[in-house]
Amino acid sequence: MSSDRLKGLILPALAVLAFEIWLRAFPIASDALAPPSAAVMALAQGLADGSVLLATRDTLLGAIIGLGIGSSIGLLLGVLTGLLPPLDRLLEVSIESIRPIPSVALLPIGLMVFGFGYALEFSIVAKTCLFATLILTRSAVRGVEPRLMEVARALRLSPFARVTKIVLPAALPQIFVAFRLAAGAALIVAVTVEITINPQGLGHAMMTAQQALRPDVMLGYLLWIGIVGFLWNAALLLAQRHLFGRAAVSEAMR
Amino acid sequence: MTDSAMNSAGRQSLYEFRDVGLTLGGKLILNGIEITVRKGEILCIVGASGCGKTTLLRLAGGLYRPSQGSVLFDGAPMTMPRQDVAIIFQDYGRALLPWRTATGNVALALEAAKVPAAERKGRIEASLAKVGLADHADKYPTEMSGGMQQRLQIARCLAQEPQALLMDEPFGALDAMTRQSLQDETLALHADSGATIIFVTHDLEEAIYLGDRVIGLLPHPGRVGIEIDVHLPRPRSQLATREEPEFLRLRRELFDFIEKSEGHR
Repeated sequence: MSSDRLKGLILPALAVLAFEIWLRAFPIASDALAPPSAAVMALAQGLADGSVLLATRDTLLGAIIGLGIGSSIGLLLGVLTGLLPPLDRLLEVSIESIRPIPSVALLPIGLMVFGFGYALEFSIVAKTCLFATLILTRSAVRGVEPRLMEVARALRLSPFARVTKIVLPAALPQIFVAFRLAAGAALIVAVTVEITINPQGLGHAMMTAQQALRPDVMLGYLLWIGIVGFLWNAALLLAQRHLFGRAAVSEAMR
Repeated sequence: MTDSAMNSAGRQSLYEFRDVGLTLGGKLILNGIEITVRKGEILCIVGASGCGKTTLLRLAGGLYRPSQGSVLFDGAPMTMPRQDVAIIFQDYGRALLPWRTATGNVALALEAAKVPAAERKGRIEASLAKVGLADHADKYPTEMSGGMQQRLQIARCLAQEPQALLMDEPFGALDAMTRQSLQDETLALHADSGATIIFVTHDLEEAIYLGDRVIGLLPHPGRVGIEIDVHLPRPRSQLATREEPEFLRLRRELFDFIEKSEGHR
């Protein structure tokens, strides 16, 4: 890491240190605050006894499966509506009326249909990912070079081959950007669902600690959620660079 | 062979345009087109811009259907693109798949024709060799010059083993030197394959240099205005052919025609 990037760490480190010194110098019995060192200790203990990892598994499962379901449906609908304007017009009102509803506002309905548990989390995460993927995939498919579609016609490619050999490869870099945005939202929504009603995962563990008046454990979870989110995004960015380095370059050169 | 597949000269015809008209978006683009294209000839089409040259070529490729009359290919109406008719577009940069290498781009034509995988390799290599790209098989289009990209598009079309090659101002965007060498390569490929070529261009000298016949279109709506037989000996040469009195006479005739047709609008 370059020294320039290390400079960015100076302010946060100072803030954490100041916070630590302040709470150690004036010990206050607080329901909301705990010294950073106590939060780190609580996190270490949670990791050691496996409770943090179990909660992480539940949250990641909710995010990944919800993302899988939502983005597959979104991809399929995005490609179809992008290629078939009549279908797009048929679905336009339905899509545009459901899309603006915040996912978490659908929680009461989801709870009635699925009850507590994984299915509730999958459905709400999937709703978020579906629309993010659909909208961007549709515009990516519409943006495929018309001349390439004409080449496909002139070569008499079958409709299926046109999609797999022309449309999807041409739209893939943008589709992956859509996937990355959907994945980012998936983790946020999964944790939100757990904080709000679903009794499982990191979000619920954090709320439980808060209600048990354990700010150190609560902040420990918050720190952990931050780490998980950072790694989640880093993995997606790395995948994008490795998979689409060339495609991104050739897009830029057009 | 039906009677209609024979033309007056007794040589078999590949294309027949019979009273072809085309209306697009309420506008009459082409009207009353009567053209016969003989098997194995190079027919060049010239005309002022907006006279429907490209549209005519798209009709020949089956990308448009005539609103009136019929386009016959080997005696049968041309209603959709055919495997044995290849189209070479002017904008080679947009007509190639940027995520596939030269090999992959040629392979697309064979995949579309459902050529067995075992046969593909040899045919791809042969097509690339014909246009001088054998050493660039693993390059991506973005790593190639304009001339190489257009050669690659030609290689993809050759892989279709077409009866007819439809070329839409294929060298218009290239520099003069590259254009001349591609003209000569086109003549060599034609002599080698015997394919029929319809070549659309706005370059009158290019049309005379390449063609057995040149057809000039008049604009608004597009219609045939002049038809010239080019009796210049083959093989042609960039220097000698262009200095022949016959070449200069035809050049004069076509320039006069274009000038007059532009004055008419």
